[in-house]
Amino acid sequence: MVVATGALRTGPRRPALGRVARSVGFALLVCAAMLPTVFVFYWMVTLSLKTQVEAAGYPPHFFRFAVTFRNYADVFAKNPFLQYVWNSLVVAAGSTAAGLAVGLPAAFSIARWRQEGLALAILVARIIPGISYLIPWYILFRGLHMVDTYQALILTHLVVGLPLIIWVMIGFLENVPPDLHDAALIDGCSYYGVFWRVAVPLVRPGIMAAAILSFIFSWNNFLFSVVLAGPHTRTLPVAVFNMINYEEISWGPLAAAATMITLPVILLTLLVQRHIVTGLTFGAVKQ
Amino acid sequence: MAAPGDLGARLGRAAHRYAPYIFPAPAAVTIVLIIVYPMLYTGWMSLHEWFASSLSPPKFVGAANYLRLLLTDGRFHEALVRTLYFSVLVVGAETVLGVAMALLFNREFWGRGIVRTLSILPMVATPTAVALIFVMMYHPTLGVMNYLVTLLGLPPQKWIYSSKTVLYALAAVDVWEWTPLVMLIALAGLAALPREPYESAVIDGATGLATLWHITLPLLRPVLVVAILFRAIDAIKTFDIIFVMTQGGPGNASETINLLLFTQAFSYFNIGYASAVAVALFALVLGTSLVLMKVRRAAWS
Repeated sequence: MVVATGALRTGPRRPALGRVARSVGFALLVCAAMLPTVFVFYWMVTLSLKTQVEAAGYPPHFFRFAVTFRNYADVFAKNPFLQYVWNSLVVAAGSTAAGLAVGLPAAFSIARWRQEGLALAILVARIIPGISYLIPWYILFRGLHMVDTYQALILTHLVVGLPLIIWVMIGFLENVPPDLHDAALIDGCSYYGVFWRVAVPLVRPGIMAAAILSFIFSWNNFLFSVVLAGPHTRTLPVAVFNMINYEEISWGPLAAAATMITLPVILLTLLVQRHIVTGLTFGAVKQ
Repeated sequence: MAAPGDLGARLGRAAHRYAPYIFPAPAAVTIVLIIVYPMLYTGWMSLHEWFASSLSPPKFVGAANYLRLLLTDGRFHEALVRTLYFSVLVVGAETVLGVAMALLFNREFWGRGIVRTLSILPMVATPTAVALIFVMMYHPTLGVMNYLVTLLGLPPQKWIYSSKTVLYALAAVDVWEWTPLVMLIALAGLAALPREPYESAVIDGATGLATLWHITLPLLRPVLVVAILFRAIDAIKTFDIIFVMTQGGPGNASETINLLLFTQAFSYFNIGYASAVAVALFALVLGTSLVLMKVRRAAWS
């Protein structure tokens, strides 16, 4: 493509100086476009490493400040932070595992037998505002004395993960050649054998991507947890939200907590970045 | 042949024949339990008056909640206008910025991979954490935003602490989070564009801007509609950042429908009325998606 446009370009070659100026200009534009993204993360991490005095210093200190890890120690000392991490882990992993167990066979079925109605019904679940489930759930779980239990949180987080898993997996399973299925069927495999021994092993990278996406969005979920979690099951986003309310302006520990919540998500994202947009658009945009 | 073997074989054949129903059954049951049943319940409760905090049972009131919502509740009307304004604002800004960035990045250059990776991070970073950092950055006296603004020679702002600027300050956070999605979708669209129109445009001597306006953007439209569709659905439902940063304040200045709904349901426990608001919000999101899907179909044909 580059060659094609180069060949089509008429007129004399640009002078070398002009080309250098253009590259520098382009590089500056790219940096300017990425600056807001980078700055917010940079600010989060640096605030978490500043002392109280430095963090509240004005004008703000951008590069030169004394690094301290006090804020991180504070977060653990003043809150049962490890408990919150564990709660978030249990809920995100639990809902992802349940979502895979239920969603993989459904995605296989939709891809294999072209069950478009079912696929559409699952897409509707992506459109419905989460808060409209929350009222009945709250009443139901309150009645069952299940508010503040892992089970309630895992079940409700399925609303986030299950549609995502199904739609991402439909895309992967559609790419498995039907001939492979048919060959296995002729060899005497049942559909269950085809699913388990042919399809699932072939789409393992897809399962990995779907699982990580589901984990991330459950980890990040605030709305369901703020209503249905309690002292025993409070997940990280809710715990950090409560830290804002009950402390005065102590930015360091808050920034430290924010950094620690975000870090695992970023690490996981690096593993699946090729699939993020496909996942976020439910397969409408392939990359 | 023994009977149990027979039974086993028959079960096996049935399992094979009904496989298209058995495979999706667990997912279907789950969806009915956690999505369909709650939706029906919400619809039913919206016809009642009931406070979850009181001991009296729900009282059937017919369409009274909806009449109040449509005719008399000024707070709901304000929230509706605010929601639409906020959504149009963020989706518009994200579309323009996202497409501009995609056009900028749509070439081979050193560091393209890093740019892509960085662009993904705002979308996946925990919204609560992001909101928290913006609260600190927006602080009127100590925040870095006012420092940056005064560097540019502008007067310091009150950001989320003034009812005049709060919606824009919140919109900026949403734009920060989601512009990359539009950009990545547009980039995927640009990568899939056919080459021929460009080659004939070059032969015809069209300028870069004319090519952009008359070829690239029209060709990109179907993809952009998808991006706008996803963004619009989520913008109307924006909750986390508003709840964490302002809880709808100052006053009601950033109270969108979602925030109003949350307050009605979980602060006032006004379940009947909140359910009606939930149905209205659902209708708004569904209506928006249907309109955009129609536009998409028109764009394809």
